[in-house]
Amino acid sequence: MRRRTSLAAVGAVLALALAACGGTGGSSGSSGGNGTFNAGINSVVNPSTKAGGTLRFANAGDWDNVDPADTYYGYSWDFIRFYGRALTMFKPGAGSASQQLVPDLATNLGEHSADFKTWTYHLKPGIKYEDGTPVRAKDVKYDVERTLDKATFPNGPTYFNDFLDLQGYTSPYKDKSPDKLGLKAIETPDDNTVVFHLKKPFSGFDYFAMLPATIPVPPAKDTGANYKTHVMSTGPYKFENYTPGKSMALVRNTNWDPATDPNRKALPDRIEVQLGINADDLDNRLIAGSLDIDVVGTGVQAAAAAKIQSNPNLKKNADTAPTTRLNYVQISSSVPPFDNVHCRRAIEYATDKQAMQTANGGPLSGGDIATHLMPPTIVGSKAINPYPSGPSNNGDLAKAKQELQACGKPNGFSTVISARTERTKEINAALALQQGLAKIGIKAEIKKFPQGDYFKLYAGKPDYVKKNGLGLIMMSWGADWTEGFGFLSQIVDSRVIRDAGNTNLGVEDPEVDKLIDKATTTADTTARGAIWAQIDAKVMDDAYMVPFLDVKQLLYRPPNLKNVYISQGLNGYYDYAQLGVK
Amino acid sequence: MVNFLIRRLIAAIVLLIIVSMVTFAIFFLVPRLTGASTADLASRYVGKTAGPQAVHEVEIRLGLNRPLAVQYWNFVKGIIVGSHYNFGPSKVYCGPPCFGYSFVNQTPVWPDLLDRMPVTMSLAGGAAVIWLVFGVTTGVVSALKRGSAVDRVSMGIALAGVSLPIFFTGLLSLAIFRDNLKLFPGAGTYIGLTQNPVTWASNLVLPWVTLAFLQAALYARLTRAGMLETMGEDYIRTARAKGLPERTVIVRHALRATLTPVLTIFGIDLGTLVGGAVLTEGTFSLPGLGKFAIDSINSNDLPRVLGVVMVGAFFIVLANLVVDVLYAVIDPRVRLS
Amino acid sequence: MTEPDAIPVQAPRAFLEVRDLVIHFPTDDGLVKSVDGLSFGLERGRTLGIVGESGSGKSVTSLGLLGLHNRKNARVSGEIWLDGQEIVGSSPDQVRRMRGRKMSMIFQDPLSSMHPFYTIGAQIIEAYRIHNDVSKQVARKHAIDMLERVGIPQPDKRVDDYPHQFSGGMRQRAMIAMALSCDPELLIADEPTTALDVTVQAQILDLIRDLQKEFNSAVIIITHDLGVVAELSDDILVMYGGRCVEYGAVEDIFHAPEHPYTWGLLGSMPRLDRERSDRLLPIKGSPPSLINVPQGCAFNPRCAYGELNEGRSETERPELREIAPGHRVACHLDRADRQRLWEEEVKPKL
Repeated sequence: MRRRTSLAAVGAVLALALAACGGTGGSSGSSGGNGTFNAGINSVVNPSTKAGGTLRFANAGDWDNVDPADTYYGYSWDFIRFYGRALTMFKPGAGSASQQLVPDLATNLGEHSADFKTWTYHLKPGIKYEDGTPVRAKDVKYDVERTLDKATFPNGPTYFNDFLDLQGYTSPYKDKSPDKLGLKAIETPDDNTVVFHLKKPFSGFDYFAMLPATIPVPPAKDTGANYKTHVMSTGPYKFENYTPGKSMALVRNTNWDPATDPNRKALPDRIEVQLGINADDLDNRLIAGSLDIDVVGTGVQAAAAAKIQSNPNLKKNADTAPTTRLNYVQISSSVPPFDNVHCRRAIEYATDKQAMQTANGGPLSGGDIATHLMPPTIVGSKAINPYPSGPSNNGDLAKAKQELQACGKPNGFSTVISARTERTKEINAALALQQGLAKIGIKAEIKKFPQGDYFKLYAGKPDYVKKNGLGLIMMSWGADWTEGFGFLSQIVDSRVIRDAGNTNLGVEDPEVDKLIDKATTTADTTARGAIWAQIDAKVMDDAYMVPFLDVKQLLYRPPNLKNVYISQGLNGYYDYAQLGVK
Repeated sequence: MVNFLIRRLIAAIVLLIIVSMVTFAIFFLVPRLTGASTADLASRYVGKTAGPQAVHEVEIRLGLNRPLAVQYWNFVKGIIVGSHYNFGPSKVYCGPPCFGYSFVNQTPVWPDLLDRMPVTMSLAGGAAVIWLVFGVTTGVVSALKRGSAVDRVSMGIALAGVSLPIFFTGLLSLAIFRDNLKLFPGAGTYIGLTQNPVTWASNLVLPWVTLAFLQAALYARLTRAGMLETMGEDYIRTARAKGLPERTVIVRHALRATLTPVLTIFGIDLGTLVGGAVLTEGTFSLPGLGKFAIDSINSNDLPRVLGVVMVGAFFIVLANLVVDVLYAVIDPRVRLS
Repeated sequence: MTEPDAIPVQAPRAFLEVRDLVIHFPTDDGLVKSVDGLSFGLERGRTLGIVGESGSGKSVTSLGLLGLHNRKNARVSGEIWLDGQEIVGSSPDQVRRMRGRKMSMIFQDPLSSMHPFYTIGAQIIEAYRIHNDVSKQVARKHAIDMLERVGIPQPDKRVDDYPHQFSGGMRQRAMIAMALSCDPELLIADEPTTALDVTVQAQILDLIRDLQKEFNSAVIIITHDLGVVAELSDDILVMYGGRCVEYGAVEDIFHAPEHPYTWGLLGSMPRLDRERSDRLLPIKGSPPSLINVPQGCAFNPRCAYGELNEGRSETERPELREIAPGHRVACHLDRADRQRLWEEEVKPKL
C-alpha cells in the first residue's frame, strides 16, 4: 500500500513536470522578433518614433527612494529622468557615445573657475513644473540642501556633503533663514543661475551636476520624507500614483516642453511599474511578453539565463550588457604575511580566475575575466595584465611559487577569506579562490558574514579585519558613473578610510592620493583618464587587489519593445527615457 | 464561558507583549551582545557612503541611541496614544494605533499593514475554502474506499502535494496556465475585491489552488486517518446497529467526530496564514503581510517587522481563541470540564 | 413424477434459527476463521447465553446476526432466519431496515458505544425515527418514556444530557432504552455488564430480565462470565475456536456439563462462598489462533484429558452430538469417561 502510494506520488510529480516541459516548448509568445544577440550594445534595436501605448516595468523589490534627494540605485538614476531633470545628463545613444555629458536643465555644461572650485550653470528659460509654475535656480539649490540632510535622506551619495564648502550647514529643515536657502556654498544670483562653491578643487563637477540631487524641488511643495509620494515633475511624465512596495504609475506631464529637451524621446503615453514581483516570475513574464522591462536591470535570474542560453529564439532578444562593476579580492596589507608585497603578488599569480568566472555564471551571465581595476567601459581605462595567469587563466603557479619564495614563505601559509553569506556566487567564487591557492600551499579558511553588515561591522572595519586576520576579502564594486573618479576614489583613496563602513579596504599609498588630486584638477577628459589609468597600474603593481571579473548582466528585451539600447553612460542599463512600445 | 474568554484574552495580551519584547530583543540585544554599537545599528539605515555625522543623525532620528527600555516604552506608548515623528520640514502626528514609521522608507507602518491585510485575507480565505472542501472530501472518500484505486491515486497526489514546495508548483502553474494556456492573464497581480470582484477572483485562482493543493493534501491525509479511526469507534457500530442508513452514519456520526480535530488544525492554519502566507505571496507577487514581513526582515526594518509580527501573532492568538470556543460548541465534553 | 421439484427451502422451525453460520476474514496473515459452522435456534421469550473466552467468536457471531459485517472484508455463509426472513442472503438495505426494529443490540461499553457529541435523547430519538414515521415531539416523548421504563430518574431532564454526564449504570440503562425503543423481537446483549461495578451489574441484569418479560422478545446474552448467564439464560451455548463445543439447558451446563472446556469455564467462575486462594481454576494455555485452528479438537492442546482417547483429538475434529434431549457436546471422550471425570475429578474442586 505504502509503496503504491509513493508510486502514485512519483507519477503525479512526473505529470506536473511533463506538463511544464510541454509548456515551455510551446511558449514563444514573445520570443520572435528581428533582434540579434547583443545588438543592443552598440546600436538601437527596433528604432521607432511612434508615440503611444503603455510601457510596463516591473521591479522584484522597490526603490531605495524615488525622491531625487535620496536615491543611490543605478536604475533609479536612469528611471528618474522620466519625471526629473538635473543640470546635466548622459547623452542619449548607443555605445560609448553615451559616456558624454550634455546639458539638461542647464544651457551648457558648467563654467569653472581656474582653481576648479567654483562652478556656474545657467538654466534654460521656460522650464516648468507639472503644475505650470516655473523652475527657478533656487529650487535646484533647495534640493541640494535637502540631500545634505542625511537624517531625513540617508540613501543618496554624499558628494555634495564632501565637496561643497558647507560652513557647518546641515539641513534646510534646521535652516533659520526664512526662505530655507541659507547654504552659502550655493549662490543663486538670479532665477536662472546657480553657482557652486567647493572646498577643494574638482574638475569633474559636471558629473555631480548629473546626480538626481540637482533635480529642482519647489520648497513650497516639500513634505520632507513624504515628498516621495508625489515628486513634482519637471520631466515628460508625472506621478499618477505611487504606493511603495506595490505599484507606480506615471502619465504625461503636459507642462513638459519638448522644445527645451532634445534628449528624451518620451514615446509611451503611460508608464506602469509593478513592485515586489517574484524575480523568476518576472523573467517568465518578460519572455511571455506580458511585461516590457525589468527596471532593476541587473540581469535575469539563473533559471531564465539557462533558458536564454539554450534557446536561440530567446537569445537573439538578449544582451550581455557591460557594466562598470568589478569583482575583486582585496588583499589586506595589514594582515601578515600580506604586509609583504611578494606574498600579495603570489596571490595575484595563483588565483584561478577562470574557475571564479564560472562560479559567477560564466561569460554569458557572469562577465569577462578582469586583469586590472578599471572596467573597459570607464573613460581612459587601459588594458593591462601585470600578472598573467596562464593561457586559460587558471593561474601561473610557477610565478606564484617564486613570489612565495621571495616573501620567505616557500611552503605557503594560512589565511582567511571573507565573503557575504547571502551571495551564492560570491561564496562559490571564494571556494574557487580557496582551491586555487591550495595548489601553492596556501590554506585559506572561508568566513561568511551577513551582507547588510559586511562593511559596517566586518570587512569594512579595519580593526576587525586586523584582529580577525581577514587576509583576503571578497569584494564587488561598481562605479557611480563611467569615469575614473566615480570608480576609483572610494576604493583607493586613503583619505576616505574611516573607523568602519569603508569601501576602501586598505589601499594606503600617498602616491596614489597625490595622483587622485592631480586628476581632480585636470580639466581635459582624456588627460584625466590617463591619470586614472596610471593609478590603476600603480595599485595593481603594489598588488592590493586581485581583479577577476568585469561583470556583465544578461538583459532580456522583449521584441515588442522599441528604441532599445544599452547606455554605457548609465552603467549598462537600457536607456529608459528613450523606450517605446509602438 | 465568559470567565474562560476573559482568561484567554488576558493570556493573549500577555503573549503579544512577550512576542513584541522578543522581537525587540532579537533586533537590538543580539547585535549588542555580538559587539555592535548603536552607531553600527544606525549605519544599516544610511546609504553606502554616509559619513559618521550622517550615521549619528540617523541614530538620533530613529532613537537608537536611547536605552532599550525607553525605545520599547515609546513603541508601546505609540500604539496606545500615538506619537510624533520628525519628517523634515514638519512634525507629523501618528495616531493610535501607531506602530511607528519604517526605518527604511519612513512610511507609517499601520496604514501599510491595513493595506496588506485584505490581500492576505483574500488569499488565505479563498484557499481555505478550496482546501477544506477538497481535502476533507478526498480524505473521506479515501477512507471509505480504503485500499481502492481511488484511495491510492488520491493519496499519491496528496503525497506529491505535501512534498512539492509552493515556489515550484506556483511558478509551474503560472507558466502553464497563465503564459501557455493564457488563462488568468492577471495572475501574479493583486486587484482589490472592491475594485473589481471578477478580476480579483480570476487573478487569485492560481495562488488559491496552489496553496490549497498543498494544504488540501495535508487535510486529505489528516481526514483520512481521522475517518479511519472514527469508523472503528464503538459508537459507529452502535449507529449501524440502530439501523441508520450508511450515509447518515458517515455524515452525522463519523464526519462530525472526524472534523473536530481537523477544525482545530484548520483554525490554527488559517490564523497562521492570515499572519502571512510567506511563500505563496512571494511566488505570486501578492503584496500581503507575508511578503511585507520578508521584505521588512531583509531590510532590517524594525518597526515594520514589529508591526507585522504583532499582527501575525494577533491573528494566531485570535484563531486559537475561536478554535477553542468552536471546540466547546462542537464537543460537549470540552464545554463542561 | 416427471422431474424433481426444486429443493424446497427447509422452513425454519424456530423464531431465530442459525444454520451452519461461517464468518471468515481474509487478512494478509491468512484466513481468520472467527465463526466456523455454528448452528442454533431460539424462540421468543427465551434467553440464550453464548459463553466463551475472548476470541472464541461470540462477538463476531452477534455482529453477524445483525448483518453488521462489511461484505468487502468478511466472508459470511450459512443461514440466519429471523421470524421467517433470511439475513445472510438479504440485501444490505433490507437487513439495515430490520436492524434496530426487529433486532437490536446492547454493547459492552456504553460510554464508547454512544456518540459523545449527541444527547442521550437525540440518540434515542434518532433510533426511533428511523423506523417510525413520527414527529420529533412524539419521538422525544417516546424517548422520555423509554428512559423512565429503564429506571432513569427525572427522565424529562436527563433526556437532554450527554452520555458523559451519566453514571456508568445509568448509561447502560440509557443504552438499553435506545435498543428497546422500537420494540425489537430479538435483543442481543454483548457483555452488557462487564464495564459496570458489581452492584450495578445485578440491577442491569434484573432490568433486562424484566424487560424481556414485558416485551416477550428473544434475548441472546453474550458473555465470558457464566455467572451472568446463570442469572438470565434458559439455554447456554459454549463456544470455542469459532465453534459450538457444548449446548444445553442451564441445568445441563451447570450440573452435568460434559465438555472439558465447560468444566474449565465453571472452574474459573468466581464464587462468593469460596476462599480467595482456591477460588479460580484457570484453564491453562491461551485460546487458539483463529488462523491456525488445531487440526483435531480445537481444545486439545489445552485439554487435560486429551490422552484418554489414543490421539483421536489430535487428528479428528469431534462432531457436535446430541447426548440427551437438548444437550449436545463435541468431544471424543467416552461419555462414561466424561461423566466419571466430572463427578470424580472436576466437581469436587468447584
